[in-house]
Amino acid sequence: MRQNSNVVALHAGILASLLILFFITSAYHNGNLARIMVLAVFAMGYNFLFGYTGLLSLGHALFFSAGMYGLGISMHHLELSVLPAFAVALLFTAMVSAAIGFLALRTTGVAFMIVTLMFAQAGYLTILLFGKYTRGDEGFVIQQAERTLFGLDLTDPSIRYFAAFALFAASYLFIAWAVRTSFGRCLVAIRENEARARMLGYDTARHKFLALLASGVLSGVSGAGYALLFGYAGATFASVQYSILPLLWVLLGGSGTTLGPLIGTAFAFYLVDISSEFTSAYLLVVGAAIVFLTLFFPQGLAGEIRRRIAPWLP
Amino acid sequence: MKKDSTKLLSGVSRRLALKSIGALGGAAAFSSIPGFTGMVHGQTDEPFRLGFQVHRTGIGAAYGRWYERTTNAAVARINSQGGIDGRPIEIIAEDDGTDPKRGAEVVEKFATQHNCDAAFGTLFSHVVIGSAPRAGELKLPYLVVSEGHHVASGILNRYTLQPCITDVKSQVQAMAPYVHDNLGKKVTMIYPDFAFGHDHRDYFSEAFARRGGTILEQIAIPPAETAFTRYFPKIPRDTEVLYHVMVGPAVLTFVKELGEFFGGSGPALFGFIDSLEAVDINSPGLEFLDGSYFWEGMPRYQQQGMLAYDAEYRDAVGVDANGASVSDARDVSTYAHMFGCWETLHFIRDIVSRAQGSSNMKQAMIEAAESVTDITESIEHPQGNKLFNGKTHQVFGHQYITRVNGGRLDAVHTTSIEDTFYPDEVDYTQQEF
Repeated sequence: MRQNSNVVALHAGILASLLILFFITSAYHNGNLARIMVLAVFAMGYNFLFGYTGLLSLGHALFFSAGMYGLGISMHHLELSVLPAFAVALLFTAMVSAAIGFLALRTTGVAFMIVTLMFAQAGYLTILLFGKYTRGDEGFVIQQAERTLFGLDLTDPSIRYFAAFALFAASYLFIAWAVRTSFGRCLVAIRENEARARMLGYDTARHKFLALLASGVLSGVSGAGYALLFGYAGATFASVQYSILPLLWVLLGGSGTTLGPLIGTAFAFYLVDISSEFTSAYLLVVGAAIVFLTLFFPQGLAGEIRRRIAPWLP
Repeated sequence: MKKDSTKLLSGVSRRLALKSIGALGGAAAFSSIPGFTGMVHGQTDEPFRLGFQVHRTGIGAAYGRWYERTTNAAVARINSQGGIDGRPIEIIAEDDGTDPKRGAEVVEKFATQHNCDAAFGTLFSHVVIGSAPRAGELKLPYLVVSEGHHVASGILNRYTLQPCITDVKSQVQAMAPYVHDNLGKKVTMIYPDFAFGHDHRDYFSEAFARRGGTILEQIAIPPAETAFTRYFPKIPRDTEVLYHVMVGPAVLTFVKELGEFFGGSGPALFGFIDSLEAVDINSPGLEFLDGSYFWEGMPRYQQQGMLAYDAEYRDAVGVDANGASVSDARDVSTYAHMFGCWETLHFIRDIVSRAQGSSNMKQAMIEAAESVTDITESIEHPQGNKLFNGKTHQVFGHQYITRVNGGRLDAVHTTSIEDTFYPDEVDYTQQEF
């Protein structure tokens, strides 16, 4: 019971902190936090599959870019307004996720990593191939005038922040709820020992498929949100580095924790942002930090907090 | 394209030049008197902060390295002459990683953390297109040195300009007359299968057909391809000119395999120097390029009696007559593009001078830029005369065709500025600030 109240207080506190940060930080950090919250949704989606289900994908850029292009093309070419375009993005990402889940989940372990990587590369090349519509590697702009919702200008810094917050909060609460349901506990059981979960009578294939579907859709939400709030869709976001980044964020923050993706995304963002001010070899700094954290905090920052201080951390 | 009114002679009109000389003379006189130095430093002693979005890492790093050197040289020159509006330039350089996401973040940083007066720099189109929306939303003048058609196509915004380097559309279409009249009437194109290559495919094909030529075949090479021999049999036998624009690390392999395939008896070759920027034309494997032709934005090898301010500009940026660093002959520059940084910084100085006294300097800078038409060849603009179109925010200028001849690139043709014109596709002056 006490654990439950701790969990509720933690999640409410995180969301309240993000709201308060808007009022006490500078415009620069406001902008960064908006971006971090959107990208943290991507990391949360990844974490749902990797951290809770134990499936290491190297192809999540495909889902992120599916959401990004689902919204971008709907607005740019079909001239849909924000809400229908967002709905199209989610539907499209769900279809892509379902298709990938249907095919890739026939494999496990390293094979799953390779298959997801290959599908993501195929998606990247498809975007380049249909350059007439996607503008390929250059990408395209979603014009400022089109980015309005209920008469609100989503390019306004305050509105952008609260829109990013809304996306983050909805995803965060969904994950916090989902991992505590019997479905979520079964995913953890699959992560720990799939054969045992199957022997206990759980339909592990169905659970993994649904986990991948939810993970893909959350990544798509992030991609669509990024395109909407920052006005750009491009093939770079479908490239392999955007499959590696959410893995990195989750590892840094703590896989299998609800808080880890946010911590990891923010940590990685500011690590690049600050270190690049001092040296052009900032990627070396990032690499050294990752090695350090992997050696001394193998469970990630939130994972270490759970291990040392707060075992109830979800 | 309107050719009237406001003229940038070395960046300034005659009247403005006279006023400036008078002002500078007065300032010099006053500044020699103790106690008066503060009064001649324009409106404020604050430095003029310029965000420099630079490709220090990623695929554009070779360009970034030279863009940065050129920028530093231009800043040293401008500051030695009193800076911008009496304010010394302070460059805030941030690596964009040649990545559109980081590019946008960097632009935000310029605007909201460093309080930059303007931002400039980057080359790769995807970084520009990813960053420009944020520059527009943050109302930060964003002057790019990219040569992409993005600005003039109308997809960006009023705060984004490309004032000192021509765009790919005008470059490519200006090549068609020379290729048709001098190299051959039947062309096969080989290009990378992404946006950069598609621009060449579309703009050149259109211009070449208008000239009466024929495009026999368009061969798209998939991205990340590392072997090219299997594509060469697709080149029709009656091809008179092979137009190639491969870029990236595989370009040396491409040229080498092309040489092995044709064995010295192939069609005439025409390419864009983008493929070989920062690469020594005498590198092993490139021998096959001898006798072939290239587009260059500004000739890498110094040409006798051609560009009046080229030698002075080379001295300033530390480039020798062969287009390499004066301190390391193996460090070849990106000479065909980097002049854009030099010229853009001087352009910024000029538009700020014009915008003096405005309460909204950033908006006034854009309005001042939009009123510019002629840019005259000078040490500030060593690449040559140009015409700036204030409606499309894009400059038009001469293009150079060079021929590989005994290990150097010799200029064989300079296009007219008119060769680069195309109808306006946007009027940014109609957009709200």
